[in-house]
Amino acid sequence: MLTDIAIDYEKITAKNLPKECMISSGHRACQGCGEILAMGMVTKAAGRDIVVANATGCMEIVTSPYPQTAWKLPWMHVAFENTAAVGSGIEAGLKVLHRQGKIKKKPHVICFAGDGATADIGLQALSGALERGHDMLYVCLDNEAYMNTGIQRSSSTPWGATTTTSPAGRQSKGQHTQKKNLPLIAAAHGIPYVATASPAFHLDLMNKVRKALAVDGPAYLHVYAPCPTGWGLAGAKSVEIARLAVNTKVFPLYEVIGGRFVISRKPAKPLPVLDYLKPQRRFRHLGENDVAAIQRSVDAAWDYLERLAKATGKDEE
Amino acid sequence: MLKKRVGIEVSLAVAEAVKLARAQVVSAYPITPQTHIVEELSTYVANGELDAEFIPVESEHSAMSAAVGASAAGARVYTATSSQGLALMHEILFIASAQRLPIVMTVANRSLSGPISIWNDHSDIMSERDIGWVQLFVEDGQEATELTIAAFKIAEDHRVLLPVAVNMDGFILTHMIEPVVFPEQAAVDAFLPPYSPAMRLDPAKPVTMGPVGVPEVYMEAKKQCEQALLDSKAVVKEVLGEVNTAFGRKYDLVETNGRKKAKTLFVTMGSLGESVWSAVDGLNEDGEDVGQVRIRLWRPFPVKEFKKACKGAKRLIVIDRAMSPGSICGPVAQELKNIYYGDKDAPEIVDVVAGLGGRDVPVADFREMYRLAKKGKLDKTYTLWGVDSNAD
Repeated sequence: MLTDIAIDYEKITAKNLPKECMISSGHRACQGCGEILAMGMVTKAAGRDIVVANATGCMEIVTSPYPQTAWKLPWMHVAFENTAAVGSGIEAGLKVLHRQGKIKKKPHVICFAGDGATADIGLQALSGALERGHDMLYVCLDNEAYMNTGIQRSSSTPWGATTTTSPAGRQSKGQHTQKKNLPLIAAAHGIPYVATASPAFHLDLMNKVRKALAVDGPAYLHVYAPCPTGWGLAGAKSVEIARLAVNTKVFPLYEVIGGRFVISRKPAKPLPVLDYLKPQRRFRHLGENDVAAIQRSVDAAWDYLERLAKATGKDEE
Repeated sequence: MLKKRVGIEVSLAVAEAVKLARAQVVSAYPITPQTHIVEELSTYVANGELDAEFIPVESEHSAMSAAVGASAAGARVYTATSSQGLALMHEILFIASAQRLPIVMTVANRSLSGPISIWNDHSDIMSERDIGWVQLFVEDGQEATELTIAAFKIAEDHRVLLPVAVNMDGFILTHMIEPVVFPEQAAVDAFLPPYSPAMRLDPAKPVTMGPVGVPEVYMEAKKQCEQALLDSKAVVKEVLGEVNTAFGRKYDLVETNGRKKAKTLFVTMGSLGESVWSAVDGLNEDGEDVGQVRIRLWRPFPVKEFKKACKGAKRLIVIDRAMSPGSICGPVAQELKNIYYGDKDAPEIVDVVAGLGGRDVPVADFREMYRLAKKGKLDKTYTLWGVDSNAD
């Protein structure tokens, strides 16, 4: 079902880039961590009037080793699989307190969780929260495996990636299933706003956060978050690989606003997937035929996305 | 002043109590026999009789998770569950107490699968003994009503700040129609002021809740939680006293009935206590030297009060409503053996595990237990009543 949603938000440009990051330095994330980078950008765009619910995972661990905290925002960690439910409760609590005049303003609620906490163990809680229509933003920081526990495969790990539980071997190419399409699953709930974003395209990411917070009801942001440690990549290459993921069409940037698919960035001259795969140790075992298979699958996924954009876009009506 | 006495299903009386307590968030998932409580609450919200957010979550795991979030946001939070639902919440129950969140939960006690059974016993809550919550057991509709309101006051007291579970037997209490006298809203408001959180998720004063407990602090954190639970006993006692003043009925941590200073005491927890009471009355009429101790506060266990109530007794017949497979007896008897270990005048403790999975235990059965115990024919460790043979 398509709905016309006009999103009223203050656009971020290079000139008015928010400078205040609500995660302080000194946290314990690895060098080049794409998750903490993206999370910092989210907080810059979102501002101070935010309450955060954080799933168990790298981001929870590196930002909250008691008695230290990196958080300048009110922040809560409960468990691994339930962040969307915790966020639901926070949102409902703030809503009733605001309605009863106990608090002057209702802060926004943002949930952060990794791909394992979202695609696997927390999918039910996420689906429940999206279906119930809580006015909150859920951000999945997707680094394509369970990095906190030591790089085990998740349902968000791409085909061909070697992980500690989908190891490449004489009988195996590594992960033998296709990456679960979480943004489409989120969009299937008919929520007002779904988007994908990348820390390599920071203005795009931050404006998507602004839009997600501006809509009434649930919003889902799927953020590509390179993990140098888990992917076998130099820390300094993190943003570069994130940019390559977009420019090779491996990770397309798009929005689904009221059911309408809008591609945010169409690479004029898309690069071959090999450029993306080659710098990463997790794909090192793949041969020419495997790379060709990945190229075909990436092209097919892009084609599908374009068809969705065409079918749901306003121009076609 | 005479208050109105009404005949009402106990589940609905509990919902009315939650309404009188002005709960602000109710997150719940349906499970028999808890359903009537939350159905009624959702109706109150739908009709505008209760200004609350009702979150119809997709599982009990999320029911407790949302309750944790809402409580941390600063709202007064209620939920209810049973059996498998409580088991599904298991992981989050520990976190709710560790984060010192004053959530109130009714547990409509029901047996755990398998085999699957919707009927009553205490196996659900007995698997959650160590969650760090204040745990109360109620016996009748009036008590269920008043202690549900009192539970918020206990939980939210800044000397406590812990979640409270109010246990009531599924069906045999929750689905009974009983006479209940409801307190006036004004009396409840005077008894239970609005929740004033010690800290909450507020952008004006950011706090980090649920950080990583590194080895250097983990044990101290656990100790603080346990100390809070142990200290809550005095507050429970105090609040029960205030219930007496505000609503008229008297409650204590443990209570006794039957012959004073009896040599044999039945020990009960929950609504089966009423059947035992009838049996004890009958036995007293027959001249038997028997009494009864009813445990109202299960966690923290009121060791001193319990021993005082049992002073002089030579034998305790414990009615356990759950098994502890592989151990020597049921959980309540284990507790009592623990607290009496090393005491010179410790009574003999015989354990009867009875009424599992909704099996009826009529008054006559308790008379039979007493007769067998008196003759030394009850196994001193434990008897699975009606299954193990104790024929004399």
